[in-house]
Amino acid sequence: MDVFIQQLINGLTLGSIYGLIAIGYTMVFGIIGMVNFAHGDVFMVSSFIALICFLLVTTVLGITSIFLALAIVLVVAMFFTSLTNWAIERVAYRPLRGSFRLAPMISAIGMSIFLANFVQVSQGPRNKPVPPMVTDVIVLMDNNGYQVTLAWKQVIIMVVTAVLLMGFWYLVQKTSLGRAQRAVEQDRKMAALLGINVDHTISLTFVIGAALAAVAGVMYLMYYGVAHFADGFVPGVKAFTAAVLGGIGSLPGAVLGGLLIGLIEVFWSAYFSIEYKDVAAFSILAITLIFMPQGLLGRPEVEKV
Amino acid sequence: MAVQLAETAPPPAKASPSSSVMAHAFKDAVITGLIALGLFTPLIGFETVIIDGALGLDYRPGTLAVMVGIIFVGRLLLNLTVWSPNRKPSVRSGPTIFDRAGTTIGPAVKPLLLAFAVGFPFIAAFAMGGMNESRYLIDLGILILTYVMLGWGLNIVVGLAGLLDLGYVAFYAVGAYTYALLATSAPINDFFAGFLGETFWANWAFWICLPMAGVFAGMWGMMLGFPVLRLRGDYLAIVTLAFGEIIRLVLINWVDFTGGGAGIASIPRATFFGVPFTAGENGFAALFGLQFNPMHRIIFLYFVILALALITAFATVRLRRLPVGRAWEALREDEIACRSLGINTTNVKLSAFATGAMFGGFAGCFFAVRAGFVSPESFTFDISAMILAIVVLGGMGSQIGVAVAAAVMIGGMEMLRNLGFLNQIFGGDFDPSLYRMLIFGFAMVAIMVWKPRGLVSTRAPTIFLKERKAVSGDHVKEGHG
Repeated sequence: MDVFIQQLINGLTLGSIYGLIAIGYTMVFGIIGMVNFAHGDVFMVSSFIALICFLLVTTVLGITSIFLALAIVLVVAMFFTSLTNWAIERVAYRPLRGSFRLAPMISAIGMSIFLANFVQVSQGPRNKPVPPMVTDVIVLMDNNGYQVTLAWKQVIIMVVTAVLLMGFWYLVQKTSLGRAQRAVEQDRKMAALLGINVDHTISLTFVIGAALAAVAGVMYLMYYGVAHFADGFVPGVKAFTAAVLGGIGSLPGAVLGGLLIGLIEVFWSAYFSIEYKDVAAFSILAITLIFMPQGLLGRPEVEKV
Repeated sequence: MAVQLAETAPPPAKASPSSSVMAHAFKDAVITGLIALGLFTPLIGFETVIIDGALGLDYRPGTLAVMVGIIFVGRLLLNLTVWSPNRKPSVRSGPTIFDRAGTTIGPAVKPLLLAFAVGFPFIAAFAMGGMNESRYLIDLGILILTYVMLGWGLNIVVGLAGLLDLGYVAFYAVGAYTYALLATSAPINDFFAGFLGETFWANWAFWICLPMAGVFAGMWGMMLGFPVLRLRGDYLAIVTLAFGEIIRLVLINWVDFTGGGAGIASIPRATFFGVPFTAGENGFAALFGLQFNPMHRIIFLYFVILALALITAFATVRLRRLPVGRAWEALREDEIACRSLGINTTNVKLSAFATGAMFGGFAGCFFAVRAGFVSPESFTFDISAMILAIVVLGGMGSQIGVAVAAAVMIGGMEMLRNLGFLNQIFGGDFDPSLYRMLIFGFAMVAIMVWKPRGLVSTRAPTIFLKERKAVSGDHVKEGHG
């Protein structure tokens, strides 16, 4: 029971991070019908930006309050990651909108390889460890020496995720930007005829997706305390799995899928084998796509000629 | 459709005074430069370095300034030349210069390239002044030919059938491990020893394992392909990627069977159809009355991979003329039309997938016999991405394009490493191979944006009325519907 509760806490934390990344996949897929393969690497880039910003804030500016530092890092990382993703969309995807179907996908794969290797070349191939930022824990239960703990950083991750998701939900459901997004999602040509700037809306979708990925990147850096150039690939695929599991195109689905994938991964590692935890996640992706391509909360896809 | 309209009906050229053009170009370049500054500041302007176990920052304003400067000047030059509003847009109809090069020079060059490939070991030995000195060049030739073969194999799946396969390296791995396990067979031996006797299982030779590797890889292709081939294009890509990773993770973690991360070492070497390349009396050199030289084996390996690659190319050319090959290409162009015409799309896709996988398996078997060692490290996603990049750059569907792309990307990078003057420009520890995947990724994006069909993008129809006409890739639309 103790182990179960501890793993539940860990799983929800990890799931929040996956959920934040998965939103980027699901939004881009919803609006232009493309799997943004580079999104995992955008997340990785954001954790590097966060790392550099954190070092600048703590060593050069000399800010000692960890929460102030984290807040600054979050804002800076969101800005620069959004700029990066905006530029990627502008350069690598927008020219391909009228092209054949696999073209954006191949371009995205190229961009993913480019980003990972760009970081490898510019920042070096080694792991970059940061000193632990938030170390305090709350002991929930103490059962003969086995402590069930809730770390403050886990609380931060879950609270920040929940708050951002609420803000984001408001943005998509209630504002004119959100309406424009949903309109473009349904019918791009008609939306353009009704005076919506389609290019602008799609760009903003990438910006929002990147901002959420940056939040995930900062949280990941705080949680694991390490950044590595190849760390975008596996979390990216898992977040994509989350998006597919929840129903691609559906925003609550992405969050639900993220939490589920986080829980499955953590429980699998705890109860079965830690070596095969990635195999479990990849198998879920294949199984979902084969047997339930519309996911948990998605709409079935109708093929039109 | 919009792209084609824009091409055939050029927009009226605005007769604007050149000063405003200049000002506009300059303004645009400044904006681009500022964006580049924003993009590059965190990752190029700073470098995280580990000093005495703690993480610190290094500042690189010089590199940052150079990068931003390159972007600014490049954009300005493009604005003033290629994208200038005063420049008359050329109305393109029919094949471009690359296409024409592909169709006219291509057939003439093919026999020459083939002759060069066959004579390469002798040319290399002659040029370097001896067999032992040419070892590096022949090894490089073997490496390039391996990638040419893998590219041609993947070309069947991606180029002909239009299925994006991101897990091709899995079949390469299956082929390599088939040979490694059957030829050393410690786990298989242990498995049978219990109930069939110690002597039941003997190690298999390379020439028996080679077809087996193809068969196994093809079977894996069918097994993996069968459930996923109903999926639409980009889902298929992701699922094949997942399968590729699953196979690699199983290879790492199933230590009893595959040796885990340490891999399988001391795999038997290739023999000349049973005659070993040894210095002894029964060796290859003694049999043919030659002086023993370890290079004989390397040169033999070169010819083995050349033959395998040529078989791949020949099989592809012949398959394209068969009904199944025509069905592949039809499927690539329009899946719904195929289904309406009564083609069983699942079977057609499956045959393409399995055929591609089979050639991947052959290449894997060759890899194992050449290296004498296999480990999961050799079968990462990077290899899949590299093969895909070669196919994409070569123009999906074009054999000669794939071969040229493999030679340029694999051989070119290898050559760059030996150029001394690069070290003088970029500093002593400059290693171009670090930039290989960076360039691969960038080239994939650039090719997709600039010429989505690859550099050689003509579609020479395999069936035609009276006269064969090459069609520019720009006029063929695929994957719609």
